[in-house]
Amino acid sequence: MSTAPIRVDLQLIADMVEPGGRALDVGCGDGALLAYLVNFKRVDARGMELSQAGVNACVANGLSVIQGDADTDLRDYPDDAFDYVILSQTLQATREPRAVLQQMLRVGKRAIVSFPNFAHWQVRLRLVFGGRMPETPSLPFKWYDTPNIHLCSIDDFRALCRDMGVRVERAVVLNRNSRRIHMPPLLANLFGEQAVFMLRRD
Amino acid sequence: MLEDLTEAERKALAQCRHAVLGTDRPLRLDCGVELGPYRVAYQTYGTLNADKSNAVLICHALTGDQFVAEQHPVTRREGWWESLVGPGKVLDPVRYYIVCSNVLGGCMGTTGPLARDPGTNQPWNLRFPVVTIGDMVRAQAALLDHLGIPDLFCVIGGSMGGMQVLQWAASFPKRVFAAVPIACAARHSAQNIAFHEVGRQAIMADPEWKGGDYRLHGTAPERGLAVARMTAHITYLSELALQRKFGRNLQDRNALGFGFDADFQVESYLRHQGSTFVDRFDANSYLYITRAMDYFDLAGQHGGVLANAFKGTATRFCSISFTSDWLFPTRENRAIVHALNAAAANVSFVEVETDKGHDAFLLDEPEMFRTLHGFLQGAGSARGLT
Repeated sequence: MSTAPIRVDLQLIADMVEPGGRALDVGCGDGALLAYLVNFKRVDARGMELSQAGVNACVANGLSVIQGDADTDLRDYPDDAFDYVILSQTLQATREPRAVLQQMLRVGKRAIVSFPNFAHWQVRLRLVFGGRMPETPSLPFKWYDTPNIHLCSIDDFRALCRDMGVRVERAVVLNRNSRRIHMPPLLANLFGEQAVFMLRRD
Repeated sequence: MLEDLTEAERKALAQCRHAVLGTDRPLRLDCGVELGPYRVAYQTYGTLNADKSNAVLICHALTGDQFVAEQHPVTRREGWWESLVGPGKVLDPVRYYIVCSNVLGGCMGTTGPLARDPGTNQPWNLRFPVVTIGDMVRAQAALLDHLGIPDLFCVIGGSMGGMQVLQWAASFPKRVFAAVPIACAARHSAQNIAFHEVGRQAIMADPEWKGGDYRLHGTAPERGLAVARMTAHITYLSELALQRKFGRNLQDRNALGFGFDADFQVESYLRHQGSTFVDRFDANSYLYITRAMDYFDLAGQHGGVLANAFKGTATRFCSISFTSDWLFPTRENRAIVHALNAAAANVSFVEVETDKGHDAFLLDEPEMFRTLHGFLQGAGSARGLT
């Protein structure tokens, strides 16, 4: 059992998950969050991952993971199959983020979503004054090879939730040192580098 | 029931265990016939622990048998899954009680068309009832009852073995803690039925087949069975593997022979595959077992919806496919995974990159071994196995 610390945003997500439930981690990567949920929270945790190499590594570590695509494969699952459906740092790479969110909230009683904030001051500076597509620690890609095709700001995401009639149960904003910040929305949208939202159907 | 055995059966039964079942309660087959008594030949490795929680059932493929991890009594070759089963290997007899039985309809000691009809005391031959994957699994379940194994830690198999795994999970969900269907499908495709039909027609077109009564006539449809095997063998390999292994290389000659001898290495190889196969396999048995695979349609058993086969299942699944397998391609295995998702089952799915085709599940595939090791460790700790 690994006791290595996990990424701060993953830890935040893990802290939002009640022990003993069922969770699906969509885009589970190397399975770090899954392993944590299984080992430390007794969660019946499953994963879906696009890369076959990631899937194989997870399964070889005893995790329940399938190869699949957030955009197309969530629709296989029945309603309310999970207590939580988790999407960490993947929403911005989906083809239809709104449809993915809808599926997550159909399959899960709650959805937990983390994403990089495209309105972070570093992003704004780079675009406004640098005149170049932003490259930051949380958005490290060149414009021509980025998987991130649907970037949004924290305020954009809140607006989408309002639009979809989704209730925001919790919202945590992290600055570029991965520390939680407590600010009014306008400032959070400027100083937050990433955000973690817990949502449920209204 | 030991009279009238073939040479292969005699050697097999001398090297393994067997049980005569169905004397009191015959096996009710899908075709409606009640079969009993019947014999199941099986082999075990390891010991059942005190909790009876470490039993693993291995389901063999079309031409496999119960000799999983030991020298074969007929061919003298090593066991067909020795890469996976044995001390220090993924399925270690120190940890697990491993059982593998010859399928119903088989020809390595379990009752099949070679046996005699207890009603008439005549050889069954083609009068043997057509059996299904479901019948094979019910016979295995009866064997487990006989062995005092309440439930299985794991049931695992590739190809037709994978079909049995799926049938086990659907028919006896409470007796299956973990299920590993490898390189298989929830139903046999039209193309696969077509290949089987070619094989069967080759057997039945052999004048020595005699309507299935060749043993009564002292003949054997060896040519037909060899052709059936040659055809099938092509489907077990990938085009790339064939090309790499043989290309257009000539066999024992420097130039084309302008005749119909085996000029090419690939021809010679297939002829060898065919001719060695007839030493260990029975032609009628080949007809019956291919038919059982053709008839397999798990969704069909559940109102046309595959997910219904797994409704409410608590079994943990691990499905494995191979990129170059065109007999049971990844999409067929993925259809099983989708159905398991629709049933909210606990499922892992790994596609292994290999150019070895369908046969990859029998070969040294480190990625498959890593997957199985990880899955079995995870399932084992959930089961409380130490």
